[in-house]
Amino acid sequence: MSGGTFAPAPARAPMRAILRSQIRMELVLTARRGEAVVLAMGVPLLVLLGAGLTDVTTVPGDDRLAFVVPGVLALTVMSTAFTGQAITTGYERSYGVLKRLGASPLTRPGLLISKTAAVLGLIVVQLLALAAVGVAVGWRPEAGQLLPAIGVTVLATAAYSGLALLLASVLKPETTTGAATLIYVLMLAAGGIMFTAPDIAVVLPLAAHAEALRATLSHGTSVPVEDWLSLGAWAVVCVSAAVKKMRWE
Amino acid sequence: MRYGATTAVDGVSLTVPRGRVLALLGHNGAGKTSLLQVCEGFRPADGGECRVLGLDPIRDHDELMPRLGIMLQSGGVYPWATAGEILRLFASFSANPLNPDMLIDRLGLRKFERTRFRRLSGGEQQRLSLAIALVGRPELVFLDEPTAGMDTEARHTTWQLINELRTDGVSVLLTTHLLDEAERLADDVVIMRAGRVAATGTPAELTAAAGIDLLEVRADSGLKSESVNYKVVETSPGEYSVTGALDAAAIAEVLTWFAASGAQVTAVNSRRRTLEDVYLALIKDNKAGAVR
Repeated sequence: MSGGTFAPAPARAPMRAILRSQIRMELVLTARRGEAVVLAMGVPLLVLLGAGLTDVTTVPGDDRLAFVVPGVLALTVMSTAFTGQAITTGYERSYGVLKRLGASPLTRPGLLISKTAAVLGLIVVQLLALAAVGVAVGWRPEAGQLLPAIGVTVLATAAYSGLALLLASVLKPETTTGAATLIYVLMLAAGGIMFTAPDIAVVLPLAAHAEALRATLSHGTSVPVEDWLSLGAWAVVCVSAAVKKMRWE
Repeated sequence: MRYGATTAVDGVSLTVPRGRVLALLGHNGAGKTSLLQVCEGFRPADGGECRVLGLDPIRDHDELMPRLGIMLQSGGVYPWATAGEILRLFASFSANPLNPDMLIDRLGLRKFERTRFRRLSGGEQQRLSLAIALVGRPELVFLDEPTAGMDTEARHTTWQLINELRTDGVSVLLTTHLLDEAERLADDVVIMRAGRVAATGTPAELTAAAGIDLLEVRADSGLKSESVNYKVVETSPGEYSVTGALDAAAIAEVLTWFAASGAQVTAVNSRRRTLEDVYLALIKDNKAGAVR
């Protein structure tokens, strides 16, 4: 082998190192996109303080925070896992980023793992921050049902991510952005976050997730069966549709 | 022992031996990029089989990719990341990458290191894409129109780099519209037309096959040319251009005719076809389908 500067010596870095730098890049780029930060933290914070501390909306029961804070937590999961991810992935696909990274030593599975890890990491940080704000203004969560609360959150994240990748794969990036934002607004309105939603709303993942978090975190009771069913169904349908329809370019 | 890559797609078979540069020429739509896309595993071959470095680009995708350096025609990079971040990201995917700083300097990207990709000009984006293709020390690089949009200086820098790749034993498959680029860089040229190979050979073989096709003769003015089998045109008084299939016998015949006409010949210049002439003849000559 010749000793020139460019003498071939191809070798993949250890997968852990590859994933670490890709996850860091995903997080840096998310933090750089102003609208993503607003969507992920600004809106939920506004809803938490607005609907939680004032009487602008009608919520069931006397404890406004017990109703509003879990809903806001569910909302923030949707904004990051669904809206943010759909918009980002749509543009990354149209810019050829998915195609190019998929053809690097990162590989396509590596790219999906990195995206998932970055989304999960973001969600954990957002949930802890918003829960801390909630506690600071007077929300008193129960710790007894934490595990089922995490369980429904994982299901919701899977469903949203699947839906996000599905939209980003079948629509143009501009259309994806529009559709993802519209769905966000509709869910926010109909999902039982700021005011009571009709019982049928439990078919929506946001309403089911919010109700499940309210039961577990605010009241220390178990997750209603219909919420498990709704979120489970959404997760299965969205993830399998995304696997089927995923397009890299 | 065999080095390099052998690929076959729908009747097209290319061999890029180790440390050689193959240029793929052809019109837009001739199938150059499609061919690369199949070799890069972005799409399956419509018929037949594709092997790159002995591997199937789709089935053995993850094994093959670290050994390839890929430069797409455009895009492929996060618009919001800076040039330095992107190159270092790709470097981190390799166990022993080239030093990103060396590539940044070599490609004149130092002052754009902190510039976001979408703010770079077309030529600057191309230079970064080239750096990304090379940073993992690949065995084989696919460069899809590497110098498109580059200014003259960047183009020369790129040519120099490609020459260095060859010297260091990297195999290069590049597509280009620039005939002088192919003539200057390529060890082998493949001209594609409508998804098939129309001609193949070294630049010298391709231009030699076409022979001398223009003779410039300076002689007395006013000679009448009807009596000769070749097209003789007096372009300006005393300057003649002779065209036709000019092999040695033909040239002798032409000069004999000048002598027989009683003209004093003071200068004879032959002009050989450039790759461009060959290419244009081939592309125009759609039905004949062969190099003359």
